[in-house]
Amino acid sequence: MDRRKVEEGIFRVLMVLATGLILSSLVMILLTVLVKGLPYLSLEMVTQTPRGGYYLGKGGGILNAIIGSLYLAGGATLLAILFSLPVALYLNVYSRPDARFVSVCRLAFDVLNGVPSIVFGAFGFTLMIYFGLRASLLGGIIAIALLILPMLIRAMDEVIRLVPRELMDASYALGATRWETALRVVTRQALPGILTAVLIAFGRGIGDAAAVIFTAGFTDAVPTSLLRPAATLPLAIFFQLGVPVPEVQGRAYASALILTLLILIISVAARRLSRRLTRHVVK
Amino acid sequence: MKRLKLFPISRRAKDLLAGKLMLLLTILAALLVLLMVAGLYLKSRPVLASQPLAELLFSTKWRPFRGQFGFFPFIMGTLWVTGVAVLIAVPLCLLTAIYLSEYAPARVREWVKPLIDILAGIPSVVFGVWGMLVVVPFIKDSVAPFFKVFSTGYSILAGGIVLAIMIFPVIIHVALEVFRAVPQEVREASLAVGATRWQTVKHVVLRKALPGVAAAIVLGIARAFGETMAVLMVVGNVAKVPGNVLDPAYPLPALIANNYGEMLSIPLYDSALMLAALILLLVILLFNLLSRAVLARVERSIR
Amino acid sequence: MENRAHIRVEGLNVHFGSEHVLKDISLSIPDRKITAIIGPSGCGKTTLLRSFNRLIDSSEGVRVSGRVMVDDENILDARAEVTHIRRKMGLLLQRPYPLPMSIYDNVAYGPRIHGIRDRRRLDEIVERFLSKASLWDEVRQRLSQPASVLSLGQQQRLCLARGLAVEPEIILGDEPTSALDPQSSQRIEQTFTELKSDYTIVIVTHILRQARRLADHVIFLYLGELIEQGPAWDFFNNPKQPMTREYIKGLIS
Repeated sequence: MDRRKVEEGIFRVLMVLATGLILSSLVMILLTVLVKGLPYLSLEMVTQTPRGGYYLGKGGGILNAIIGSLYLAGGATLLAILFSLPVALYLNVYSRPDARFVSVCRLAFDVLNGVPSIVFGAFGFTLMIYFGLRASLLGGIIAIALLILPMLIRAMDEVIRLVPRELMDASYALGATRWETALRVVTRQALPGILTAVLIAFGRGIGDAAAVIFTAGFTDAVPTSLLRPAATLPLAIFFQLGVPVPEVQGRAYASALILTLLILIISVAARRLSRRLTRHVVK
Repeated sequence: MKRLKLFPISRRAKDLLAGKLMLLLTILAALLVLLMVAGLYLKSRPVLASQPLAELLFSTKWRPFRGQFGFFPFIMGTLWVTGVAVLIAVPLCLLTAIYLSEYAPARVREWVKPLIDILAGIPSVVFGVWGMLVVVPFIKDSVAPFFKVFSTGYSILAGGIVLAIMIFPVIIHVALEVFRAVPQEVREASLAVGATRWQTVKHVVLRKALPGVAAAIVLGIARAFGETMAVLMVVGNVAKVPGNVLDPAYPLPALIANNYGEMLSIPLYDSALMLAALILLLVILLFNLLSRAVLARVERSIR
Repeated sequence: MENRAHIRVEGLNVHFGSEHVLKDISLSIPDRKITAIIGPSGCGKTTLLRSFNRLIDSSEGVRVSGRVMVDDENILDARAEVTHIRRKMGLLLQRPYPLPMSIYDNVAYGPRIHGIRDRRRLDEIVERFLSKASLWDEVRQRLSQPASVLSLGQQQRLCLARGLAVEPEIILGDEPTSALDPQSSQRIEQTFTELKSDYTIVIVTHILRQARRLADHVIFLYLGELIEQGPAWDFFNNPKQPMTREYIKGLIS
């Protein structure tokens, strides 16, 4: 009798400790970045591109990387939406829910979702060589689009799957085709969830480094064309860290803080936005 | 109001056309994995032709200038780092997942889940920065002296700790779904015969959820295998077969990411790096397929 | 039968996987009358209704054989144009499912799809059919609000207006009042009686009293088989089948 209670107690304590430890790792990471990065954070960091001698500790900022990351993740997200929305709609509106094809596709997307970003980078690189592209904004956009495609498809698939069958039936009963129903009713009903998925994918695109390391290149200038190289925030952090000048390393911490804040803002926005857009959604 | 139709395409034709196009996109996207395998294989053929596969995989000689590409140190590096990460992550994640699904009040669960989502969203580079600032000095100044050895801190242990935190969300997320799939009646049946909560978890819930939990762990391993930037920043990147967890290592993803600069100037080098990517991809595909198959069965069992 | 048949079903069989849901059904539904399909739950009432506008097509593992003639066109024919068939029939579900858009857009959805773009004409259509579904006075001030703000009863009338706006000849109702409060149900029933001079109305119901109140013609299904059909007065006062007698007395449920 008693031993059972002791065992129960011990494991209860262990479980709470484990949960606490995992949560505190998050707090620790956020705090470290904040404490280390804040002293070096300045308006100059976010409004200027690197000036001459920046990597030796002279003036400038990482605007090139911030803009580069936004362009890159934005372009990649748009490209990935163009592919993922039709796929998610096809699986849920055009196919029968019991079709074997649908479950095979879902498996394929799940597996694809597990492929690490360095492999997407390597594959993107082979594609670029095949098409004769140099490391450029476009190359980075393609690699990141490939990277976020499976997660977008699966996330959209999950929300579109929740659209009530009856809602589609109501549209069909009025003589609408599947295409019209998919576009005007299903997409609209699932819109909040779709937007959340899009924002999360965008955040992932901003934060990823391994897929762009071969494909986007790096430059101190703000990219002016799709075929020019583009800097990205994660790589800016990485390269600045590699410079053995304290001032530059400090800026790396500040850059990490900027990146983290950007990601946090996006994920909060994702939750907020989806709540506000539920106006038309039928419960 | 009759309007002239600019596009004399009927609604039905539009519906069919859209359907065909979407089907095409779906098939293309689903085949992307195979396309990646094929593309990387084509690129790695030159190095595969230059020496036998066994030598590539088990030789420790990594001398790109002489055309020798032995992946063994890198494969071992990957295995060591992944192993350490999994050893740290699995017990913590299982305890947390059990707590969240079986013990925690709904209010706690609603608080913790978004936090874990945030952890999942933190970019890999930021984990790397944290590792360099906190974990590496800690190992150099506290752990290594404790064992009376010297270490720069850039080590398998550092990589393993950072990596463990990165795979927490994956394992917890999947494990929670698996526990949720265990029917409530099963728990009630156990509680009804006088078992304590923990006994119910140990003998009933865990037993029922075992395949799913295994799948969650395998998914975590697969994620750890391919993680690049954070590990690369703290693991030391020395191309030697490591002997213990305080040694530096050089995992496969770090090898690929670190050498993109030189890879086009040395013959066969790019091919060797693409082979490394292919090896990663194949191992991860295998792990993913296995665990997804198990999870699909778990999901079917609750319907 | 004193009236022309609007829908004629001949030898209809429906299987879901290995389940035989409708067994060799032949019947006819009179023009511009209210027909009630009754029977205990799970007897195939809804399936029968959904085969009239081929919504069963999208069900899992379904096989259909036989003929359903609407205006002398076999709608089960593989060559039949589904959207055209469905346009002829408005559908009301058990629960109202307004589309995720404004009240106005809900009614205008069908006409727009079928090619009407002119704003004034749409305005006129929206007003006309909202009035027909006796909802106009309640919503005229807030047409641009999302449909989900309406009460359940109002939503069901909105769905009716939405269905009428594509100018169907037939209205199908799948237990259209089962989710509503008594007062809203009564308004829907009243609207049906007003509409039957222009439309053929078919409703599925498991409430016998509702069938008695509304129906001109009754179809009784039991376990996928057609037991009896006929004019409502005969059906209720002089049933031919012993099974029908027992059902009316409430012995089978």
